[in-house]
Amino acid sequence: MRQQFCDALVARAAKPGMVFLTGDLGFMALEPLQKAMGKHFINAGVAEQNMMSVAAGLAREGFEVWAYSIAPFCYARPFEQVRNDIAFHKLPVKLVGNGGGYGYGVMGPTHHAIEDYGVLLCLPNMSVFVPVFDEDLGAVVARVGDSQRTTYLRLGRGERPKDYAVPSYAPWRQLTHGSGPVVIAVGPLAGTFIEPFARLTESHRPNLWAVAELPIAQNPLPTELVGQIRQCATLCVAEEHVQRGGFASELTLHLAESGIAVRRFRHLYARAHHYERYGSQSYLRGLSGLDAASMLAALADD
Amino acid sequence: MNSSAPLTHADFATARKRLLRMHFESGVGHIGGNLSALDALLVVFHEYLRAGDRFVLSKGHAAGALYTALWSIGRLTDEDLRSFHKDGTLLAGHPPAAGVADIRFATGSLGHGLSLSAGTALAFKLRKTDSRVVCLMSDGEWQEGSTWEALIFSCHHQLSNLTVLVDHNGLQGFGSVDEIASMAPLWEKLKGFDIDLQVIDGHDAVALRDALGAAAERLRVIVLRTVKGHGVSFMENRMEWHYLPLKEDMYKAAIAEIESR
Repeated sequence: MRQQFCDALVARAAKPGMVFLTGDLGFMALEPLQKAMGKHFINAGVAEQNMMSVAAGLAREGFEVWAYSIAPFCYARPFEQVRNDIAFHKLPVKLVGNGGGYGYGVMGPTHHAIEDYGVLLCLPNMSVFVPVFDEDLGAVVARVGDSQRTTYLRLGRGERPKDYAVPSYAPWRQLTHGSGPVVIAVGPLAGTFIEPFARLTESHRPNLWAVAELPIAQNPLPTELVGQIRQCATLCVAEEHVQRGGFASELTLHLAESGIAVRRFRHLYARAHHYERYGSQSYLRGLSGLDAASMLAALADD
Repeated sequence: MNSSAPLTHADFATARKRLLRMHFESGVGHIGGNLSALDALLVVFHEYLRAGDRFVLSKGHAAGALYTALWSIGRLTDEDLRSFHKDGTLLAGHPPAAGVADIRFATGSLGHGLSLSAGTALAFKLRKTDSRVVCLMSDGEWQEGSTWEALIFSCHHQLSNLTVLVDHNGLQGFGSVDEIASMAPLWEKLKGFDIDLQVIDGHDAVALRDALGAAAERLRVIVLRTVKGHGVSFMENRMEWHYLPLKEDMYKAAIAEIESR
């Protein structure tokens, strides 16, 4: 998604009052943006705490500020600066974390971001965007850019199946239809379930929904989805995020407060913060039971 | 801001007494580090800052001195100061995030202010305005790694519109700076950076005026050699006045001493 992100920002770069900060990342990816923005593209160096407070200072003076790094260096290292200097002042800084979830795979846990949106959504005035497909980035960059909230954009890797026609961007999209369970997946993970679900018979095929914006308070469940949840035997949430503070926690609380009963609930989530072996994003998804085979197995338990 | 007449000895004494009264009435401490910073804040707000300039209090625990300085230039009222630390106040123990126009950032966690100031100064540079930024820091704050990140950034981007004042009173939360993590002398460490560096008496109005008035070609750092608890002899250079509130007899003694000088 980084390429599409860069393209979308290049198209936006003519907008006056925009500044892009990077924590010394973007080699072989963001050079077009650097060229397009000139002095308004600033490599803030390996100093993420300073970068976030500088972002706050610029935003306080009215600039549209994007602050980019590898995902954990965007929210974990400078968390206090994000909290105190950006969120407490309700500044619409756009935090951009590349390689969210297990995106940096075999690079190891220091580079993984599997508690990012749970942590950040504890802060006031925060919005989170987790685009599902590469094709979403044009619309997502526009929405993030125009947002008056502090935003966190988790960039991953689009998982569009071959020959799949990506539906136009929307915060909620239904990707498969059937009479089976309801499955909600956060971000690009949703794309990995399209083909396996399509191969199932209609009676077993899940209604697969992809959600790309959090929290629910800012992105309410579509009426059609609520109807499906009321009718289904099983509701399953899959997210490349730890269990605590994830989307499933928010969803189940929302359903309980709304008086919507769920007969059976399954949650597939990122399990590892410790590793005996390292591997790719796909490998780590498998260890967490987030791969398609694990999803089908979880649903087959019904 | 920037009243035309230079401050007089009586102006400093009036502000010092008002700060002590505010702390006495509210029963809260942090007086020592307020008194070390107050003189510089008064000069900054009365004689240096112009419309459109910004001030950032990095040592947020000196909020009392900031509120007093804003009162001194007529931006806060006596009624405002009487609310200090009370339920429902805008004037918290550290500067608030909103509600006071002259306060741009909620500070209090050390090591943020210089970066916030750098971002603000960079905004002015990018806009090609001649607005300036003043940041007041503590000396203990130089133990924060983020402060050095901010210094490197500010030098690299040649933020000549940023003035950093360091309230070098030598005492921090649980001992002296030299006992805990000495960089003595701090200014020798700073000399290696591409900055305009001055070391002055932070309680000398003429020295403050001259230092702020000098033309700045680069990032400007002015180390203020100050006394924690300045102006009240039983508080001066005493670490406990980082925390202690004033009892009535002490308050009266402090006021009497200021009036006798």
